[in-house]
Amino acid sequence: MAKREVQEINAGSMADIAFLLLIFFLVTTTMDSDTGLIRRLPPIPDPNQEMPEDQQINERNILEVLVNKDNFIQVEGEVIQLGELRAVAREFIDNPNEAEDMPEMIDKQVNFFGLIRAHKNAVISLQNDLGTTYGVYLAVQNELLAARDELKNELSLNTWGIAYDDLDEDRMMAVDEYYKVPISEAEPKKVGGN
Amino acid sequence: MSKFTRKTGKGGVAKINTASLPDIVFMLLFFFMTTTVMREVELKIGVTVPEATQGKKLEKKSLASFVYIGQPLPNLRATFGSEPKIQLNDAFKEVADIQDFIAQEREQLDEADKAKMLVSLKIDRETKMGIVSDVKLALRRANALKIMYANTNVDEIQHLH
Repeated sequence: MAKREVQEINAGSMADIAFLLLIFFLVTTTMDSDTGLIRRLPPIPDPNQEMPEDQQINERNILEVLVNKDNFIQVEGEVIQLGELRAVAREFIDNPNEAEDMPEMIDKQVNFFGLIRAHKNAVISLQNDLGTTYGVYLAVQNELLAARDELKNELSLNTWGIAYDDLDEDRMMAVDEYYKVPISEAEPKKVGGN
Repeated sequence: MSKFTRKTGKGGVAKINTASLPDIVFMLLFFFMTTTVMREVELKIGVTVPEATQGKKLEKKSLASFVYIGQPLPNLRATFGSEPKIQLNDAFKEVADIQDFIAQEREQLDEADKAKMLVSLKIDRETKMGIVSDVKLALRRANALKIMYANTNVDEIQHLH
């Protein structure tokens, strides 16, 4: 019996088919990966519920950041540039010298760290105008977040030699507790025209 | 040096072997399939999200709903004007429609995932905060408190305006 050779399939058009698929995917998909600043909005306050007395925050415990309709940034009454904001926020959150005009500090027990000096109830309040440009608003918010993230990362690196993002959940919570300064987005005021 | 003499002999151009061409194209295909995502909506507005350094990657895209805010595309400005508009899914919507939209999106999620729902705000960098604040308030009313300000991640912010 003669040996029958298996006929080879012509694969010449394979490339065309693959190209077709490739072009289909190129057209229907997008490259952009989704990144963003993840934030939590405050819930709508219950109108029947009065603010408890100890929730009232002392003037010195608030870092007031304002952005007006011309996109000027004002912190605690002084106009500053965007580039300076991170350092200002950092000093407020870290508060190493516990100066008179800086937020109140108390002794606090934190997992992994033991007894530390931490903020009583400091808060960064970001307020904008209706005419503020969104890009600037986000840049300001980014600087504030960056100041806090930097401090957390440094603390994590100094303590365990691991970046904050690579920590396990318990340690991450402990670090969050260490620098617990909420950044609140206040409702805007309409100052001047749009 | 006989190794390098042409085997065809007749002086014609030797045929290039294209047997591996499909493999190469398939490789490209798989690269694009893995690195890109499907386009969900057809954008009717121009959105260039702002730059930031602290952006975190969206972990689970299935949990996210998208709200787009920006100027209508140039070819639509004759009908819709050039004021910033809100786009939900495929259509222009008003601030008042957001509550329904959130309820609808929440309905589509599993019971366990409802609490983890996230709203991604894709807002053009030139938009004024007035409309953004309205949307934020609407989201608070709809109890969709976990939000994400979409941005492109950069090492240093270059363009502010």
